[in-house]
Amino acid sequence: MGSWLRLAASIGAAAFLAVTSLQAVASGAPKLERGKGERCVEDVEYMKRHHPNLLKHHRDDALRRGIRTPKHSLKGCVECHASERTGSVAASKEDFCMACHVYAAVKVDCWECHATRPKASSSPDRRALPLMPGLPSGGQ
Amino acid sequence: MHEHETQESTQMEDRRAFLKAGAVAAGAAVAPGVLLYGVAQARAPEDAASDKVRWGMLIDTRKCASGCDECVTACNTENGLEGKTGPQDSQWIRKLNIRNLQTGAEHNLPMLCQHCEHPPCVDVCPTGASMRRADGIVLVDRHICIGCRYCMMACPYKARSFVHEPLTDQNPDVPRGKGCVESCTFCVQRVDRDEQPACVEACNASGHQAMLFGDLNNPESDIARALRTYASTEVRGDLGLNTGVRYQGI
Repeated sequence: MGSWLRLAASIGAAAFLAVTSLQAVASGAPKLERGKGERCVEDVEYMKRHHPNLLKHHRDDALRRGIRTPKHSLKGCVECHASERTGSVAASKEDFCMACHVYAAVKVDCWECHATRPKASSSPDRRALPLMPGLPSGGQ
Repeated sequence: MHEHETQESTQMEDRRAFLKAGAVAAGAAVAPGVLLYGVAQARAPEDAASDKVRWGMLIDTRKCASGCDECVTACNTENGLEGKTGPQDSQWIRKLNIRNLQTGAEHNLPMLCQHCEHPPCVDVCPTGASMRRADGIVLVDRHICIGCRYCMMACPYKARSFVHEPLTDQNPDVPRGKGCVESCTFCVQRVDRDEQPACVEACNASGHQAMLFGDLNNPESDIARALRTYASTEVRGDLGLNTGVRYQGI
């Protein structure tokens, strides 16, 4: 009898979790700000899956071999995707990079060293917006 | 018939003149490396740095003014350094006063990464983060630097610094952050755009013109000419590192 109850309870809990997580997918999916450019350098679906590989490949080419093509450069991403509100790609949870990365709970180290906003001339407000306040940011 | 012959001979002369002109043009193109090196310096963004070029710097200590720190300020601005000089602060270039104890002769000079051909920092790096690019610029790959600071110990010039505190608002062209070692990059982001390093530009702008930057491998470059003409010194030349930075007047 006890074991039957436990089984029923666990099935119920599983169903509840499934429903709530489905709801989360439906309601909490990240909404990204549109970039400044006409279209992304690659197909959007391709970028969703492969942007880490592109960035990693480009970083090695740029640093070690001096190949500085603008197409897959992180600087290019930031220039296009910096939020209109914060001027950054990672200053708030809604900014371009963080929207997905917070949702997927994948921590990125890029912004420990790389600038999260375009060069001063093109950014509206450079007064120190803390890097993701209240969120654990790696190594700090 | 006669007319026809004349016409033909003028045609021949035209052709000869054309060939001659062509030969002259081709000669200019292949003449001792001028055009070849010109192309190598202004390389396209999709081309890799090549070992046909070796970037170097010649510093004339007789022109370097005591008390002037234009090069240091320019470096700090370009690379986003704070400009503090404490033991834990980053200094990519610093002004030194050296004095010969025997003769009392004093010299003022900037000291920076010497961009050695055989860099001790690259030898000792356990991860391969410390590296020398094909064109002779010695860099740290922060993506794989673990911050062990072995390279700082190995460098005979004390040219490297370690970032101790988290940084924000970096220059987009010069990413830097906590936990990595860093040093002068010859302003690699500017060199790749075919510009001079910030320190050299500032030194020239201040009118001292004590720093000369260029391609050591190109016999026609100003720096190669100067090195060929005047005596110059490698600091700690006894180590046989073949430094890219040379000094004059010490």
